[in-house]
Amino acid sequence: MNNILTIAGNEARRIFVSPLAWAVLGVVQLILAIVFVLSLLDYARFSEQAGDAFGVSDYVGGSLFGFAVIVLLLVMPLMTMRLFAEERKSGSLTLLFSAPVSLTQVVLGKFLGLLVFVFALLALLAAMPLSLLPATALDLGRVAAGLLGLFLLMASFGAAGLFVSSLTREPTIAAVGSFGLLLVIWLMNMLAYNDSIPFTALFGYLSLIGHFESLRRGIFSSADAIYYVLFTGLFLWLTVQRLDMERN
Amino acid sequence: MESEILIEARGLTRRYGPTVAVSDLSLTLRKGEILGLLGPNGAGKSTTMKMLTGNLAPSAGEARIKGISLHDAPTAAKQHLGYLPEQPPVYPELTVDEYLRYCAGLHGIASKARAEAVRLAKQSCGLADVGGRLIGNLSKGYQQRVGLAQAIIHRPPVIVLDEPTVGLDPIQIREIRALIAELGKSHSVILSSHILPEIQAVCSRVMIINRGRAVYDQPVTATRNAQIESLLVTLKRAPSVEALTRIVGIARAEDLGGGRFRLALAGGNDPREVLVDAAVNGNWGLIELAPEVKTLEEIFVELTSGDEQERKAA
Repeated sequence: MNNILTIAGNEARRIFVSPLAWAVLGVVQLILAIVFVLSLLDYARFSEQAGDAFGVSDYVGGSLFGFAVIVLLLVMPLMTMRLFAEERKSGSLTLLFSAPVSLTQVVLGKFLGLLVFVFALLALLAAMPLSLLPATALDLGRVAAGLLGLFLLMASFGAAGLFVSSLTREPTIAAVGSFGLLLVIWLMNMLAYNDSIPFTALFGYLSLIGHFESLRRGIFSSADAIYYVLFTGLFLWLTVQRLDMERN
Repeated sequence: MESEILIEARGLTRRYGPTVAVSDLSLTLRKGEILGLLGPNGAGKSTTMKMLTGNLAPSAGEARIKGISLHDAPTAAKQHLGYLPEQPPVYPELTVDEYLRYCAGLHGIASKARAEAVRLAKQSCGLADVGGRLIGNLSKGYQQRVGLAQAIIHRPPVIVLDEPTVGLDPIQIREIRALIAELGKSHSVILSSHILPEIQAVCSRVMIINRGRAVYDQPVTATRNAQIESLLVTLKRAPSVEALTRIVGIARAEDLGGGRFRLALAGGNDPREVLVDAAVNGNWGLIELAPEVKTLEEIFVELTSGDEQERKAA
């Protein structure tokens, strides 16, 4: 456990001393702030017609989190691309391979370090709907469900990106590869709407985005949460296998 | 008294597809020994070191560190290991202090003892003044030292160094050699190098690897006190070749021109004294008499170029 925390701490430090992390945080925040303000203005305009059934948490929180998913899909591959690819390219991976730590600890440590960045991003994101708290009554459970959904989704993106990063020595290829992988898993959702393809229900179930929809709408189902945990676990396990192959 | 065996490798073999990088290599290293690995480029030195440090699984054979198998208990075995690969495994975006503290933690040094371990490692490697600087801004030589500091920070009994003096200036090379010699007293060190005098200066044993096989494994002293193979003499008033070969102990004499002769010795005799007497009596005007021993370089060339010629002939 100590080893995992040591690696995670170092990984988080390296993420935050790079300008990339700060640029990503800044740009994401800027884009999402624009979306937030626009949807807030929209809501202010139409809230009278919508009536009591349609609250600010639904409208603002929902559209913000929905848009955040698209931005994060573009951004997470940039954050995961360096994790293994760059270390392999610069030769510093040897440090981890010759240290008295297991591969599982290495992978979990790197993943935890990445989660520190994810938490920072989510905290900044959460600050936007929460800034309405003094002015109005928010459905906090609903915002929390949306944030939890985003967290699980980003953890899945991160695990998939970590795996792709362990396949190559070029960070850019890792970024393109994990972007492609995420998009394909995402697009499985589209297949589900096409009746001419068999197993549509299966494709719909495997899609990453389908499970986020209900969380975004404030419905917490343990099946969705377990889906993301399994997805994350699968790709972390694949990463360990891939690193083990590298030695043989 | 035989000291403790720290590294034991038996029958290490590594294949990359059809090519065999290292084949059936065995070595034993005791505490207090410094082993130099020599070999031409691509001979398998780095591959051997990767296998000894658990970075590469051998296709066959086994390596044990302090009696612990790298295959069965990798983390326990790596605890006793410090490794500096060809490329120092450093993070350019961290400062030297941050990096070494991380390495100390990675090797299981308790957080209270880390500051002291970092201080000692910096002191040993001459990094005391650059602790706060980013590794990426340091010169190649300093980065190499940071890599070395990383390998010794946990004071492992076994230290494996892949070309530790590459990219250093002559003064730094001397310092690093002194450091290795110092480490060699209490630890076991394996180092690879292209530089033959370096191996002779630092190591207690030499192993020459050629095309994946160990072709020579002897203490360095064997190369220093090697038998005299021939004598080189320069005579101002040279006698005939026959006159030289009549001297007891000289098998052949080769006229090199200008009064210089190479005298091949016959069966273990040392004819230098007799030769000097003969030169004085014959008024040959002896101005130079130099024994020619088989140097490490000659051994190296002999062992590694032999099959080069075979290959060409084939």
